[in-house]
Amino acid sequence: MSLLEESLKQNKFVVTGEVGPPKGINIAPILEEAKHCLKGRVVAVNVTDNQSSVMRIGSLVICQKLLEIGVEPVFQMTCRDRNRLALQSDLLSAAVSGIENVLCLTGDHIILGDHPQAKPVFDLDSVTLLKTVSTLQSGKDLSGSNLDGTPKFFRGAVVAPAAVPLEPQIIKMESKIEAGAQFFQTQAVFDAKTFESFVKQTEKFKVPVLLGIILLKSAAMAKFMNENVAGVSVPDSLIKEMAETKKEERQKKSVEIASRLIRQMKPLCQGIHLMPLGWGHLVPELLTAANL
Amino acid sequence: MIVAEQKPIKQIYEIIKPYKKVLILGCGTCVTVCSAGGEKEVATLASALAIMSKELGEKGEFLQQTIERQCDREFIEPTLPAANSCDAVLSLACGAGVQLVSDMTTVPVVPGLNTKFMGITQEQGVWTENCRGCGDCVLHLTAGICPVSRCSKSLTNGPCGGYNKDGKCEADREMDCGWILIYNRLKERGMLDNLRKIMEPKNWSLASVGKPKKVIREDLRIEPEKIK
Repeated sequence: MSLLEESLKQNKFVVTGEVGPPKGINIAPILEEAKHCLKGRVVAVNVTDNQSSVMRIGSLVICQKLLEIGVEPVFQMTCRDRNRLALQSDLLSAAVSGIENVLCLTGDHIILGDHPQAKPVFDLDSVTLLKTVSTLQSGKDLSGSNLDGTPKFFRGAVVAPAAVPLEPQIIKMESKIEAGAQFFQTQAVFDAKTFESFVKQTEKFKVPVLLGIILLKSAAMAKFMNENVAGVSVPDSLIKEMAETKKEERQKKSVEIASRLIRQMKPLCQGIHLMPLGWGHLVPELLTAANL
Repeated sequence: MIVAEQKPIKQIYEIIKPYKKVLILGCGTCVTVCSAGGEKEVATLASALAIMSKELGEKGEFLQQTIERQCDREFIEPTLPAANSCDAVLSLACGAGVQLVSDMTTVPVVPGLNTKFMGITQEQGVWTENCRGCGDCVLHLTAGICPVSRCSKSLTNGPCGGYNKDGKCEADREMDCGWILIYNRLKERGMLDNLRKIMEPKNWSLASVGKPKKVIREDLRIEPEKIK
């Protein structure tokens, strides 16, 4: 059983982190970040899968590298770049590598990334990918053939609590649970009331939810997310707070805002998923500030 | 209908440059409706190519003809003598038409259009894609709105997290999220439970991807052994 699964089963409040593989083969910085900023501070670290549809090193191999340095990975898998053969094959490869947590996502559209001419795959979707993981765990593949050796995963999915309308997200969340999702990590949330309303509608599902926290870097970044990142909404009050902060004070302010959000929403969730987006060095300070 | 667009005139000119006498062959069905390859477009294109040819000091000769359909042998048959008397045929049909004419003539057949999609007339001068020929229609479950063609990821189990609060898709801020359209209509009709039914992974072997598809109706065939 993965540490993440075990911790959630024991009702411990968990913190997960995230690293984004680089473009190119220099993995020293990402491993440094994992080792010095995340190891021992978070229970597991997500490794993104060609995040934002930008071509990078694969999630699978970075997960293996994390295992080598004693960091538990969460293998992120999107449906954008692989058909069902490749997805199942990578899941088996992950199991062989000792990867125990998998997070199943649809994936951003290819047009948003750096190879917009590529053919989008989306052979499966996030729900059928979760079902695929469950099917492999039953000892069969999607064609019904028997597996020689059965993998076992702790299966995660995502949900966007600030999406408008919210109902389709909640219905899909139910489908994901039916398909085998055992935990959720959320899109970034910047408003406790929004999250509270989401929790009221979903607590009946009894599936652990890790609240997504992004470190705000500037007012411009917040505005950019409001305009360009679906399902994310940064309130004007936070944008104002960032705008009124001098450049050299921004990291401090960012930590202050994030720790405040964590403290406000901690009673509503079973853990936190931190997406530092390059500011991984602030994670220890943030966790201390948030009393975690 | 099949919606197509005329290739840029310069590209068409480059394609037909090796040939002196060219039959511009229009198609009277889909591409006439979407104003890409009907009688009117044949005439306009013939004039434009003649002018270009004259300006460049070349002696291109452009014949014009438009037939009912280029996807049926019986309509192509009568045009073969004219077609074969030319150096090439410039077909203003969809890709399917270009190929059938090409199978039947002895001279080269080249395309004048880019075939875009199966769609509808949204408004005068605007056509939109509404079907991808996936071979396994689910419109009865999705309130008559196709997730395969109208979700930019062709998802079959509800929206991803990429819809904006104005209901537009992350891939194109001008475009409605297909799944939000489906959600809204199902809700209006009290059929939201449809969204809770998990669809199995789609059988893409039935869709117009991979090997070319064929429909056979034995009851309609006259000489089945001829069509293989």
